[in-house]
Amino acid sequence: MSTPKTLYDKIWDAHIVHSDPDGTCLLYIDRHLVHEVTSPQAFEGLRLSGRKVRAPGKTIAVPDHNVPTTENRDDGIDNEESRIQVEALDKNAKDFGVNYYPVSDIRQGIVHIVGPEQGWTLPGMTVVCGDSHTATHGAFGALAHGIGTSEVEHVLATQTLIQKKSKNMKVEVTGKLRPGVTAKDITLAVIGETGTAGGTGYVIEYCGQAIRELSMEGRMTVCNMAIEGGARAGLIAPDEKTYEYCKGRPHSPKGISWEMALAYWNTLFSDENAAFDKIVTIKGEDIAPLVTWGTSPEDVLPITAAVPDPESFSGGKVEAVRRSLEYMGLQAGQKLSEIEIDTVFIGSCTNGRIEDLRAASEILKGKKIKKGMRAMVVPGSGLVRMQAEEEGIAEIFREAGFEWRLAGCSMCLAMNPDQLEEGERCASTSNRNFEGRQGYRGRTHLVSPAMAAAAAITGKLTDVREIQ
Amino acid sequence: MEKFEKLAGVAAPMPLVNIDTDMIIPKVFLKTIKRSGLGVNLFDEMRYDREGNEKPDFVLNKPQYRDAKVLVAGDNFGCGSSREHAPWAIADFGIKCVISTSFADIFYNNCFKNGILPLVLPEDEVDTLMKDAEKGANSIIEVDLENQTIVSSDGEIFRFDVDPFKKHCLLNGLDDIGLTMEKENHITAYEAKASQQFPWA
Repeated sequence: MSTPKTLYDKIWDAHIVHSDPDGTCLLYIDRHLVHEVTSPQAFEGLRLSGRKVRAPGKTIAVPDHNVPTTENRDDGIDNEESRIQVEALDKNAKDFGVNYYPVSDIRQGIVHIVGPEQGWTLPGMTVVCGDSHTATHGAFGALAHGIGTSEVEHVLATQTLIQKKSKNMKVEVTGKLRPGVTAKDITLAVIGETGTAGGTGYVIEYCGQAIRELSMEGRMTVCNMAIEGGARAGLIAPDEKTYEYCKGRPHSPKGISWEMALAYWNTLFSDENAAFDKIVTIKGEDIAPLVTWGTSPEDVLPITAAVPDPESFSGGKVEAVRRSLEYMGLQAGQKLSEIEIDTVFIGSCTNGRIEDLRAASEILKGKKIKKGMRAMVVPGSGLVRMQAEEEGIAEIFREAGFEWRLAGCSMCLAMNPDQLEEGERCASTSNRNFEGRQGYRGRTHLVSPAMAAAAAITGKLTDVREIQ
Repeated sequence: MEKFEKLAGVAAPMPLVNIDTDMIIPKVFLKTIKRSGLGVNLFDEMRYDREGNEKPDFVLNKPQYRDAKVLVAGDNFGCGSSREHAPWAIADFGIKCVISTSFADIFYNNCFKNGILPLVLPEDEVDTLMKDAEKGANSIIEVDLENQTIVSSDGEIFRFDVDPFKKHCLLNGLDDIGLTMEKENHITAYEAKASQQFPWA
């Protein structure tokens, strides 16, 4: 009998082009996603060395980080550097003949939302992008991770990556989630448990009842933040929900090809007794709606808790927490549910999909945001935006007092004009609460879309379970 | 790529844990379409005030560390975004070696593509080198990649591990793409096989 394999082992083995005795492998890349920030130097490198894109049909480009999200964006981008970067992608996509969704295309959006939406991301594939949140695509049982610009150039030129295999980690989330608890809370809970370096050197496979019961959107949220736990990638074995999601998408297989793919996808699971180097188990019932209080995604606590004392930590974390609390303008012992906020951001590759907008709109229905609150919802793609308009969700947001924006990365990393001002405090559905992430000296609390909506109503971090 | 063989220089101490790539190079500097010139903006928000004046307390603004060639940092250095602008900025500043107990995966790989040696050492050894670095300009650390050793200013020798392939590439300043191109027949063979096995891909 052959050695039992994990899902990661299977995908890895299926993509080995060449392996050296020391374990260094050349791995084939099925899908290469490209955005405007991390690719210009790579395309320039190709030009300088007279190289082509080896597989333009497997390369998908979309501008997302710099694009304005206001209605007038077809008039052009005001910021010169942003405009040059987007124009560079326009030109590179055309010159090298890769698949492209320009700003003017209804299908444009955040690269990690567009890929799955268009059926580019499929189970068992290797997917890379010059963006750490490529981990998102692991929700399909694809091996997906971020790469640097040198590696972007390498993939463009060779459709391969030089890689060494990571170790296997299993994260099992057992049982059922309680009301008010979402995929975002799962992924934050895992990072709270393992720390931001806990996944370093590993590929995580998420499993267990609570994961199985998530929609594809929820699974994408979970895998999206695998990188925040330090893991190379996060994976979830495909199942009927995955196939249902993929079926009929523009670039998913059709007819006999679909049947063939399905037969293969059904082999993509970790074998019984497959060896994991590390196992983490979390009870779904134990997860509460979570918020971050500091400047690292591991700084996470239930909304019912209080800001911790730096002295309750050990090692270098003591100083880091002291610095965090000063940056965040918080005092140890302060109740999280008493922290006042002035900004709400709903969107990003973590929580910019239709289900996220539905969850937030459920809370907002018939309510108004607090006076003076700046609240913004930025759908993850033009198609998500359109669907939300058709479902009447856009109207709920508008009536509640939210700005209803066009698709892009927006205030998740604030490379476009959507930024926090110094000292502003935001309840955000994004993925990073680093210093300055959403704007110079802006303060970020990471939360789920429902929690963000609740905060918009009350004007402070709020337990969504208390909103009637 | 520039070769990395030996290095002798001042090490700057940054004991903070979880130094992320947003700290190393804030997003406003990612709008460039070049690789060069980012050194002046390395650690920008920690290093300058809003008006662009240097903050005198920040380590790289102190006279003894302005020409640092090594950085000794807290756990999990380089976490967060995949931006290669982070190692570009570090190298452009003149730092060619970063020492920590752990690095984030993507940042770690990016360093090797840019002639920077990221070194993982046990906590007690990083502590020793951190204390050494805190001594300032008279404290020169020597790094020898070929022999995989670091010599502290007190003459204490530490050995480090490094992936043999990555070591080979750094020592010789090799370009990955060129190396992979030598295996193009394997790529073509894989593509032929995959087009039968996984035609939908």
